[in-house]
Amino acid sequence: MSDFEPKVVAFVCNWCTYAGADLTGTSRIKYATNVKIIRFPCTGRIDFMLLLKSFANGADGIIISGCHPNDCHYTSGNFHAKRRWIMFKELMDFMGIDMKRITYSWVSAAEGARWAEVVNTTVARVRELGPYVSYQKMVNTHIEEEVTNE
Amino acid sequence: MARIGVFICHCGENISATVDCGKVCEAASKLKHVAYATEYKYMCSDPGQSLVKNAIIEHKLTGVVVSACSPRMHEPTFRKATAEGGLNPFLCEMANLREHCSWVHEKGEATTEKAIDIVRTLVEKVKRNAALQPIRVPVTKAALVIGGGIAGIQAALDIANCGHKVIMVERSPSIGGHMSQLSETFPTLDCSQCILTPRMVEVLQHPNITLYSYAEVEQLDGFIGNFVAKIRKKAKSLDEKACTGCGLCITKCPQKKIPNEFEEGMGFRPAIYVPFPQAVPNRPVIDKANCTYYIKGKCKVCEIVCPTKAIRFDQEDEVIDVEVGAVVVATGFDIKRADFFPEYGYGKLKDVIDGLQFERLASASGPTNGEILRPSDGQKPKNIVFIACAGSRDPAKGIAYCSKICCMYTAKHAMLYKHKVHEGNAHVFYMDIRSAGKNYDEFVRRAIEEDHVNYIRGRVSTVYERDGKLIVKGVDTLLGAQPVEIVADMVVLATAGVANPGAEELAQRLHVSYDSHKFFAEAHPKLKPVETNTAGIFLAGACQNPKDIPDSVSQASGAAVKVAALFSQSELTREPLVAAVNRFGPPLYSTCVGCFMCQPVCPYQAIEREEIKSRDGKVIKSLAKINEGLCQGCGTCVALCRSKSIDLYGYTNEQVYTEVVALLNDY
Repeated sequence: MSDFEPKVVAFVCNWCTYAGADLTGTSRIKYATNVKIIRFPCTGRIDFMLLLKSFANGADGIIISGCHPNDCHYTSGNFHAKRRWIMFKELMDFMGIDMKRITYSWVSAAEGARWAEVVNTTVARVRELGPYVSYQKMVNTHIEEEVTNE
Repeated sequence: MARIGVFICHCGENISATVDCGKVCEAASKLKHVAYATEYKYMCSDPGQSLVKNAIIEHKLTGVVVSACSPRMHEPTFRKATAEGGLNPFLCEMANLREHCSWVHEKGEATTEKAIDIVRTLVEKVKRNAALQPIRVPVTKAALVIGGGIAGIQAALDIANCGHKVIMVERSPSIGGHMSQLSETFPTLDCSQCILTPRMVEVLQHPNITLYSYAEVEQLDGFIGNFVAKIRKKAKSLDEKACTGCGLCITKCPQKKIPNEFEEGMGFRPAIYVPFPQAVPNRPVIDKANCTYYIKGKCKVCEIVCPTKAIRFDQEDEVIDVEVGAVVVATGFDIKRADFFPEYGYGKLKDVIDGLQFERLASASGPTNGEILRPSDGQKPKNIVFIACAGSRDPAKGIAYCSKICCMYTAKHAMLYKHKVHEGNAHVFYMDIRSAGKNYDEFVRRAIEEDHVNYIRGRVSTVYERDGKLIVKGVDTLLGAQPVEIVADMVVLATAGVANPGAEELAQRLHVSYDSHKFFAEAHPKLKPVETNTAGIFLAGACQNPKDIPDSVSQASGAAVKVAALFSQSELTREPLVAAVNRFGPPLYSTCVGCFMCQPVCPYQAIEREEIKSRDGKVIKSLAKINEGLCQGCGTCVALCRSKSIDLYGYTNEQVYTEVVALLNDY
């Protein structure tokens, strides 16, 4: 398992976390290469079905990050995201999805160091959990066959 | 058939030092539908942009992916280049290989692979980009200036002199800000009031400026060119039109023992007051929290003595809406107050004061009429100690930054003291002297050489009282860290400049970013120092970080020019990244079922109800319709829509799902 490199997808809002991640770069703070960022205008835009899509496509972990409460560029998008997340989280948990693979955080445009920390802790945690083959087993029997053949 | 061009930038060595750009280029050229891939040292330079333009024409590209820095940096640049190449600018996307890849990872295969992943994701996205047309919106040619300090005054006057209307909102009863409290200003030692008060009067008398003092901005809605600000005009308990400003009420008010904010607590004021004699507007307000009538229900002395019957005890706060096209935030700064320096006895020992209190002592209109006297016994201090960097540059105290103005004003204070108390000794403890500025270093040299101020390089560990004297214990690092003890009569702390209380709340109301110290954040530290990340909102003065007067004024004029430039257009073009409800031909064929769950989540009230009627006028279907003038493109409705009938241009469901698939699958 030591050479396992987890694939982590980050869904971030344009105004806080994307800018925060830019600041991480500008400050030359290093973090794991495993995380790849997809930009959204606001966490309110994030359709949580995207998480399932990510897992189905081989993601091992997911980060969702936006503005801190009250700091949303669109006033309330982050609150709606959080509200929907509270519901969806329960549902995903009920469905048997490993919630330890998902990080929901707030990183502002001034928190470059915090972004690196969020990425590194998530990657370390997912690395420990190993590849998320059980999800693919759950949704795709073809993948299951491949895994058992290996 | 899509024909995508991929342009990989080396950014000098910023990207190519850790990412193997050649390999990325090779991988990109093998991607499906990529018709052309190339690399260049500086893609944002003129030849780099020409590369993009020519390739669009030569290779008949239908989409462009520029793999360079953050889209927050150069997206507009490359969209423009794409447009000049004859392609719709919204068919250009940027892959962030610098901030999100080369700068945050070590050189290696994994970094290059991540770069390829990012490029592939954006190639898949751009294939699904729509050729959008910018939205045109009108501009309200009036500006809101928040804060009436020197920065706000300068910005307001500059905008007003360009012929535009200005609405100035000031929280306290008078404009003037901290500058009105200062005695004399460095490096010229000219009187602060003499240069400021004429400008304050100019604001009041300017036909283009409406001044709301004792008022606060409660809410700001809308967007660039079309803001609506809710302003709370706090009740002054006064009919401003009837009041002549004679001041009789102020002299007769029986409540006289309220600490005077303008004098930094070193004097008293009545409950009905003007902050200082040169206040603008020069009309009193009643401080409801301390007024005997509002507390006990009787008194009304001011009403009885008022010759014009201008007092209105039943006046209530008034909330008004104003429409503006741009906002200048100039809310200024504050200084660190008591409790922060227990080791210096600040707030506990009467003769340990801060910089602003010293300004009031030195001011000709101050509580001592300009004489430097100890607050404890009113004696002239024979020995005075100034401690610079009290709180600043001290990460242990949470303030790592330099407050910038203290070196200069400490030199000024020492000079003012020496000019007023000729036989006295002034000592300054400093870390470094930071006097960068026109005639600034000469000014400090003058304090040391001509006025014989004793500069000691070192920190003070403690200040305590012994036999009515203040014992200052410090160290002189230029004498080999030798301990120094000075028996002083008075200690002045150059406390750190900090964000105004309430700055965070205001930033949230205006939807602008702020940093970890609650100072408002500029859009770019070098190239956009007066803009915020919210279009149409600009910064001026010390609300961004501590600044001296010349810097505040320059920035205010800069902000004013930005506003004037905005107002020089009658129409603005806005990014068309807005939401839309699907419509397949006739409106009946929309998947929208008209549940209107999207309506309450929209922060801009942009979702309207559209009714489809049959020929006989009967409503057969109602569906949501998005007003693209109001929509700001947050996409909350898109994620919420249960029937997936709403989509957001630039971030469509098709695009984001494809991005996820492309990011995770190598194909």
